Amino acid sequence: MDVRQHTDRHYDAELKELNVKILEMGGLVEKQIEHAISGLVDRNDEMCRATIERDHVVNRMDVEIDDICLRLLALHQPAAKDLRLITTGLKITTDLERIGDIAVNVCERALELNQEPQLKPFIDIPRMADVAQTMLRQSLDSFVNENVELALTVCRNDDVIDQLTDQLFRELISYMVEAPQTITRAIRLLFIAKYLERIADHATNIAEMIVFTVKGKSIRHLDQVPGSV
Amino acid sequence: MPGETKLDVRRLDAWFGGSQALHGIDLAISEHVATAIIGPSGCGKSTLIRCLNRMHEIVPGARVEGEVLLDGQNIYRAGVDPVQVRARVGMVFQRPNPFPTMSIYDNVVAGLRLTGERRSRADLDGIVERSLRQAALWDEVKDSLDASGISISGGQQQRLCIARALAVEPEVLLMDEPCSALDPIATTRIEALIHELKGRYTIVIVTHSMQQAARVSDFTVFMYLGELIEFGPTERLFTTPEKKETEDYITGRFG
Repeated sequence: MDVRQHTDRHYDAELKELNVKILEMGGLVEKQIEHAISGLVDRNDEMCRATIERDHVVNRMDVEIDDICLRLLALHQPAAKDLRLITTGLKITTDLERIGDIAVNVCERALELNQEPQLKPFIDIPRMADVAQTMLRQSLDSFVNENVELALTVCRNDDVIDQLTDQLFRELISYMVEAPQTITRAIRLLFIAKYLERIADHATNIAEMIVFTVKGKSIRHLDQVPGSV
Repeated sequence: MPGETKLDVRRLDAWFGGSQALHGIDLAISEHVATAIIGPSGCGKSTLIRCLNRMHEIVPGARVEGEVLLDGQNIYRAGVDPVQVRARVGMVFQRPNPFPTMSIYDNVVAGLRLTGERRSRADLDGIVERSLRQAALWDEVKDSLDASGISISGGQQQRLCIARALAVEPEVLLMDEPCSALDPIATTRIEALIHELKGRYTIVIVTHSMQQAARVSDFTVFMYLGELIEFGPTERLFTTPEKKETEDYITGRFG
C-alpha cells in the first residue's frame, strides 16, 4: 500500500492491526465455506459438525474487529481514508460474520441430506460454491491490494450466480413434479443454492465497500455496476 | 447555504522582509458561513488571516501584493483607511487580551471609543448588553461589569474579547486560534458561539486543531508552505480530500 507512515506510530500500528484482523477473519470464513461444501459433497458428517463448532471463532472475531474500530474512532478521530477504512471495517465484518452463519446453515442442511440417499450427483452446487468462493476471495484480494478493478469484477459476477440458481431451481422442480418423495431433499438442496447466492451478495457488498475505501465514492444500490470509478 | 462572496482574495502574495510567506492565494470566502484555515506551523495561515484586515503590514518590513475585495472593494487600494477596514473586519487573537486596567464594561466599548463618535450612556449600556449577550457572557458578568477585565477566567476573557470585537458591529470576524489557550469546556463554549454567530457574521478561523475545524466550519482551507493546497466544503475535505497533501495532513502523516 502506498501510504506514508503516520506521525503517530501507535495509531499506525492499530490501523495495521485492523487490516490484519479483517484479512484473518476473511480467510477463516473462506475456509468455513470450503469445509461446509466438502461436508455436503463428500457426505462427511464429521466435517459438518466441526465447521458448525468453529463458527464461534468467526463470531468472536466480529466482536474483536468492532472493538478495534470503535477504539480507533474514539481515540484518534480518524479522517479521510483512515476513516473510510474503519467504517468499512465495521460494515464488512458484518458481511463476513453473515457468511460464516451461512456456512453453518449449509452444514445443517448437509447433515439432514446425509441421512438420506443422495438425490442426484452434485454438479451445479459445487459450481455455485466455486463462483461464490472466488467472489469472496477476490473481494478480499481487492482489499489487500486496493484493487478497484478487481472489486468491480466481483460486483459484475453477481449475475453469474443468479443464473446458476435459476437453472438449479428449474431442475429441482422437475424432480419434485416427477417424484414427490424427492421433495424434502430437493427443498434442502434449494435452500443451499439460495445460501450460496447470499454468499455472493455479501461478497458483492464487501467489494462495494472496498471501492468506497479506496476511492471515497459509493457504488452501492446503483442500477448498474459502473465501468470504472 | 453559502451566500454571496464576502471576501475575495485574488493572487495574494505576502512577504516578511525578503522572505515570501504567501504565494498567489486565490480564495473566495462566502458570507454568513464559517471558513476554517488549517495547516502546519509556518504554512502562512495566520499571515493570510492578517492580510484580510490589513494587519499584516503592521509588522516592520512586511508587505502585501494582490487584492482582497471586501464586498467587491479592494481593501488595499489607495486611500483606504486601514482603521475603517478593521472596524468592518474584526479580529480575535490566540491569547485573551482584554485591556488589563479597564473594567469589563470599558473593555467592551473600547473599540467604539476609538472611533471618536460620542454616544449616550444609555446607548453604550445597550451595546454592552447586546455584545456580551452575543458573546454568551452576559449572564456570567452582568452583575460585575465594573470588575477588571482580567478578573475573570481565561475562557471568559476570550469571550470578552469577542464581545469587544462585536461591539463595533463588524461584518467579518477573524479568529486566530481563539481556543488554543483555553481548556476544553471553554473551547466548547467558544465553538458553540461560532455556530451562533455565523448566521450574522462571516467568520474566518485559523486553527491548529483539525477537529475544531471539522466541528465549527462550513468550508475549510488547507495551506502548506505559503500556498493554498485545497479549499472546499468541510465535510468533503475531511472525508474525501482531493489532494494527496491534504490527505496526508488530515490523517496525521505529515513531517
